[in-house]
Amino acid sequence: MFGFTAKQLTGVGIFLFVLFIGVPLIIGATGRWDFYFTLTSVALLAIASAGVWLTFYIGRINIGQGAFALIGAYVSAILVVKAGWSFWISLPAAGIFAAIVAILIGLPILRLRGVYFAMITLVLTQVVTLTALALPITNGAKGISNIPLPSGVSLFGIPILPDFAGMENTKLAFYYTACILMVITYAALYRLVNSRLGHLCRSMQQNEELASSIGVNIAYIRIVIFAISSFFGGIGGAMFGSIAQSVYPSSFQVADSVNFMLNCFLGGLGFVFGPMLGTLVLYFGWDLLFEFGKYQMLIYSTILILIIRFLPNGLLSLRFGKGGDK
Amino acid sequence: MSPLLQVKNVTKKYGGLTANNDISFDVAENEILSVIGPNGAGKSTLFKMISSFTPTTSGEVLYRGERISNLKPHIVARKGVVRTFQETTIFKSMTVRESVVVAQHLRAKASLAGYFWGSRTAQEDVTAFEKYADELLEFLGMTAISNEQASNLPQGSLRALGIAIGLATDPKVLLLDEPFAGMNHDETMNMVNLVRSVRDERGVTVMLVEHDMPAVMNISDRIVVLNFGEKIAEGTPSEIQNNEKVIEAYLGSVDDEIGM
Repeated sequence: MFGFTAKQLTGVGIFLFVLFIGVPLIIGATGRWDFYFTLTSVALLAIASAGVWLTFYIGRINIGQGAFALIGAYVSAILVVKAGWSFWISLPAAGIFAAIVAILIGLPILRLRGVYFAMITLVLTQVVTLTALALPITNGAKGISNIPLPSGVSLFGIPILPDFAGMENTKLAFYYTACILMVITYAALYRLVNSRLGHLCRSMQQNEELASSIGVNIAYIRIVIFAISSFFGGIGGAMFGSIAQSVYPSSFQVADSVNFMLNCFLGGLGFVFGPMLGTLVLYFGWDLLFEFGKYQMLIYSTILILIIRFLPNGLLSLRFGKGGDK
Repeated sequence: MSPLLQVKNVTKKYGGLTANNDISFDVAENEILSVIGPNGAGKSTLFKMISSFTPTTSGEVLYRGERISNLKPHIVARKGVVRTFQETTIFKSMTVRESVVVAQHLRAKASLAGYFWGSRTAQEDVTAFEKYADELLEFLGMTAISNEQASNLPQGSLRALGIAIGLATDPKVLLLDEPFAGMNHDETMNMVNLVRSVRDERGVTVMLVEHDMPAVMNISDRIVVLNFGEKIAEGTPSEIQNNEKVIEAYLGSVDDEIGM
């Protein structure tokens, strides 16, 4: 089916089952309702990390995803609070706005390679934070708070999406929403990487000169990829803002941008699903080490260093061995 | 018949240094033309300008009467003028077959979105690419190594891979950058035969930059000689072999030797 092997389909099936049925059952049984928030965060951060992974796929180190997440969060918040849009329309709008910004910024900076591109993207998050502090529409340091929960959507009188405000358990609803978005993101990413565009990205990652000699418009593909990448960032950020019901200039900081990149490294740059696993391990790992108190950071960073030292191709290389790329 | 490719008064200056000065020559269809010259004569620069990897300072390159200099490399490739690189420029972590499949980008009929959704045209494209890749690799005698990762290949096979990637784009003119460098006699002879069959069986006009004189004399229909960025001679191999200016450029003039 769709060119997938039975083994792959089983894997995807188990994953979806755990995600949508297993996890809620376990949380219900153990009563750890706080895990919903953690897992929702993981899902949303994984969406933004997917974007970072995609820029890695054309050979660019992107430490600026926080900027696009922040842009997405603000665009959605402003559209919902000030323009009275439904959250569900503001969500794609936030992604598209982030993509447009990425195109405008990408036109000059995507010519850079290696560490130079990385440095510029590192600054981006700070620039967006400062812009949010300065602009009147973003309310400066006060940010935008009291964002209403997503409202219901109905088409021709048939309810499609429920009203989050009227729900008893918004945590579960947000968890499901985030998971669905994540599944769609990664399905799209998988498809993209395994389609012609993905092959062209790989050719560019390995040698841009040779790629242009076989007729690949490298400037165009770089922009398209950076826009898609930032679209994911915008979507993740917008959803985050809606869950927190607030956006501040500090909602996404340089440290978050760095984390998005680390998620990709940790999971494995050669694997589409790497950033998802990386996000889970990184985010959960940090939380689990909370019990160690003041040693939390020490243990955490030691583990990270060990992983990068001994598994340079990421956690997924444990299972797939060296050089796999599914 | 007008020539396929015309280099017209092409000059390239890097600051105060003149890499190519007022070079003009024509390439006829189905010809194998070599550009030779001592190190630093400006051969590679000339190649880069023909394939639009670098702009000309003045002058122009015409392909079927249409200017192809000072454009973008991918646009020149689309018109049918494709260059290859020296062996280090490959897709390192792709297999030989994957490289040749991806290099057929220009033959794609479906759009990128079509590939994403898996449209019928896209599926037909993919099948056609794979079929053509196998054909091409068989033609080049590379079937046995088609599933090898490019980074594991020996030098000779890397050159052949470079040519395979270039041919996969379905070029009319193929520019080969030092296809025989670092090869022993047997490897060189194989490559000479390969390049000749590319021209004879695929109708590709070949232009090459090369140091290996015996191979150049063997393979070329005509030769253009550069020295210090200037064209000093043009002609058939036998004409070039007896050209005094060329001998002087390569061996130094009598006066120079005395001066040393």
